[in-house]
Amino acid sequence: MSTEDAALATFREQIRSWLPEVCPPSLKPGSDTTPSAEDRQAWLEAFAERGYTTPTWPKEYGGGGLSKQEVAVLNEEVTRFGVMPPGVSFFGTVMLGPVLLEFGNEEQKQKHLRDITFGRVQWCQGYSEPGAGSDLAGLQTRAVRDGEQFIVNGSKIWTSMADQADWIFCLVRTDPDAAKHDGISFLLFDLHQPGVTISPIQLISGQSDFCQVFFEDAKAEASNLVGPLNGGWTIAKRLLQHERQTLSGGMPGGESPTPKKGGASEVPAPTSPLAEDARAYLGTEGDRLADPALRDRIAQYELDKLCFGLTLKRNGQEAKAGQGTSAASSMFKLYASEMNKRRGEIQMSTRGAAALGWEGEGFSSNEIMETRGWLRSKGNSIEGGTSEVQLNVIAKRVLGLPD
Amino acid sequence: MSLVLTEEQTLLKETAAEFVQEKSPVTHLRELRDKSDATGFSRALWKEMSELGWAGILIPEEYGGSGLGLSEIGVILEECGRTLAPYPLLSTAVLGASALALGGSDAQKQALLPGVAQGETLLALAHQEKPRFAPYDIALNAKATSDGFELTGEKRFVLDGHVADRLIVVARTSGSVGEREGLTLFLVDPSASGVGVSRTNMVDSRNAANVRFENVVVTADDVLGDADRGADLLDALIERGTAAVSAELLGLIQEVFDRTVTYLKTRDQFGVKIGTFQALKHRAANMFSEVELSKSITIDALRAVDEERPFRERVVSAAKARTSDTAELVTREGLQMHGGIGMTDEEEIGLFMKRAKAAEVTFGDGGFHRDAFAKATGF
Ligand SMILES: Cc1cc2nc3c(=O)[nH]c(=O)nc-3n(C[C@H](O)[C@H](O)[C@H](O)COP(=O)(O)OP(=O)(O)OC[C@H]3O[C@@H](n4cnc5c(N)ncnc54)[C@H](O)[C@@H]3O)c2cc1C
Ligand SMILES: Cc1cc2nc3c(=O)[nH]c(=O)nc-3n(C[C@H](O)[C@H](O)[C@H](O)COP(=O)(O)OP(=O)(O)OC[C@H]3O[C@@H](n4cnc5c(N)ncnc54)[C@H](O)[C@@H]3O)c2cc1C
Repeated sequence: MSTEDAALATFREQIRSWLPEVCPPSLKPGSDTTPSAEDRQAWLEAFAERGYTTPTWPKEYGGGGLSKQEVAVLNEEVTRFGVMPPGVSFFGTVMLGPVLLEFGNEEQKQKHLRDITFGRVQWCQGYSEPGAGSDLAGLQTRAVRDGEQFIVNGSKIWTSMADQADWIFCLVRTDPDAAKHDGISFLLFDLHQPGVTISPIQLISGQSDFCQVFFEDAKAEASNLVGPLNGGWTIAKRLLQHERQTLSGGMPGGESPTPKKGGASEVPAPTSPLAEDARAYLGTEGDRLADPALRDRIAQYELDKLCFGLTLKRNGQEAKAGQGTSAASSMFKLYASEMNKRRGEIQMSTRGAAALGWEGEGFSSNEIMETRGWLRSKGNSIEGGTSEVQLNVIAKRVLGLPD
Repeated sequence: MSLVLTEEQTLLKETAAEFVQEKSPVTHLRELRDKSDATGFSRALWKEMSELGWAGILIPEEYGGSGLGLSEIGVILEECGRTLAPYPLLSTAVLGASALALGGSDAQKQALLPGVAQGETLLALAHQEKPRFAPYDIALNAKATSDGFELTGEKRFVLDGHVADRLIVVARTSGSVGEREGLTLFLVDPSASGVGVSRTNMVDSRNAANVRFENVVVTADDVLGDADRGADLLDALIERGTAAVSAELLGLIQEVFDRTVTYLKTRDQFGVKIGTFQALKHRAANMFSEVELSKSITIDALRAVDEERPFRERVVSAAKARTSDTAELVTREGLQMHGGIGMTDEEEIGLFMKRAKAAEVTFGDGGFHRDAFAKATGF
């Protein structure tokens, strides 16, 4: 065992004994009491105190200071333990945090990062506007400097979770006369103020955690301008990279098992949850799914998932070896979201009429959830930049095709 | 599990790239085709390749090889795929050498492997009988006699069978067509009485042969591996062959894709480069994803075989399915994006398309391997 492996093994042992120590009994697997708000908070704080809700961030800003391998171990152990890790703002941890670490000043890092780690502030993303979606730089929301404040006017749309958020990171136009990309700034401000109106939008999946947000003389402290005035576009793009990476990293990565020491018996036989699920609806002939056309579609899906997972992994290894292409994140976002949609379609096909339930009697809660999931998945190729926009990015940045 | 090449593999790949681009560019295949070369490749060049160690990569050192793995021959095959080099790497260096290395007796190895490693002895696997790949559809009969066997039947699509010094013949010693049990592999001298070899001309200008066997007498010493239990050896050969063809296809895919992107940047129509048209851009970007996926799975499949990883048949099938389908995609789209010129014999894209189709069919196409993948995943 190398020293690195030994250190990881020690870390694993520590996590393994720490989890049951800090997990409130009501949250533990098999518990029959409903966890109270206090218990949930205790669980969150146990994680946050060690920085494990933002495990890769530096310790000085409340992060865990862990390496990627340590994070992998942490995740494995939490999964093994069988209790959901405490949730903190997705927008805060995977989008704003990394951008503040790179572009924020010391005061901004001190002010915001720890609050994200401890889940004290929920964030939302104010990028899209009714007139500026794919053409993000066409945004019109104005921010005008007035003493130590900016006065914000305009409207944002598709703002996920805005109705549950406390603060917004927002792209605003601070110089209307400059070229499109040159007059944009990256501004943070509090949503709990008189000039802000938030109205939810219902999606086809029945969810309505999407909002249109209106600003009428809303106020932002000038000290919450991240990066230089009118220099927001660079930050905006970097944040989108983080967003894309996360949207594709959420895909189940197919990984073919490597035998551990001790022989083949340690490697579980490969399975396909999608095929297992389909079995109940399609029936079997021998041990094969009875519908050859659907079996082929599922095989193609699982096969692509395996290839995709390996490609993510190879990309990571290449980056480590200094041979990576950063624009590849567009490819991952594209492929992951298209695959996720494909998965939804396969599931709808295998279930037949059992996939048509919306609510109430006659359908299992799982069936209803999957149906809604199918509808929600259609947004995967729109949110965070549409598939067409990702294709443009690949064509231009990776393949170098002319404009 | 690493998916980036080792230093040694990178070096091997660079050497191979340089060598085939200089000595066996696509024009080399074209010349051989145009003069209807009887061998279909240059024996002198094969000798040179063997001196670089390519023929002996999978051969143990004690028999004159280097005892490396499929990952190593994979990077060479990849480079050969880029230039359509028509050399007997698959028939001899992968299938033939593996058959002996994995199944041969010491005497058989002594007799043949050094010659293979030196580029002097050529081998061919005589396996397939029907047009569509079906590993156990073997009817060729090996009737036991007092001192050996008598082979009767026919083989088709025997790659490099027209020049092979030894045929590795998959025969049925018991059971019936389609059954996995009851197969035996034999080493047969094609000049033996009762063997009739006729060369075929295939769309990719490679060489294969139909071989007839009429009461061909072989002895017990010619059995390769265990009699009646040949499927174990055959499976191992097919696994290696499948991964190897995937590697060649990967090279072909990358080459066609690169050429197509270059064409999009250079061809003017409507006063602009055709690469400015989004109708082509998006398709090119989509192809890029498929190319990247093909690369990852192929590297992993080669390593899975080298590491004797459990459930590797799943990964190998994934690699062949993915590379077969991607090759079909990039050659089809590549030709289309070359417009009318792509249809000409003079432009090389068509040669790639032909080879892609032949390689796709070799050891099973996308549909075959999706089915195998499903089976290996338990559904
Ligand atoms: C579920 C969901 C969650 C979201 N969450 C957020 C959020 O939290 N915060 C936020 O700010 N935004 C969010 N969005 C908004 C999202 O970023 C935009 O919807 C997206 O960028 C597309 O913009 P649009 O809807 O205006 O479509 P449009 O830009 O009007 O596009 C319409 C169609 O035209 C195509 N198109 C546009 N331009 C091009 C081009 N140049 N080439 C080829 N095709 C093109 C698009 O691909 C699309 O198919 C979310 C969206 C969804 C669906
Ligand atoms: C079998 C065959 C028979 C033919 N017979 C005849 C004949 O009898 N008489 C005759 O005059 N011609 C004939 N042609 C020529 C044929 O009309 C041209 O090949 C065709 O118009 C395409 O032009 P090109 O080959 O120059 O391709 P290009 O115009 O160079 O096109 C290259 C690629 O770019 C694409 N492309 C070009 N412009 C655009 C655009 N604006 N938007 C999106 N994509 C674009 C094309 O679709 C193609 O994929 C024949 C061609 C073939 C293959």
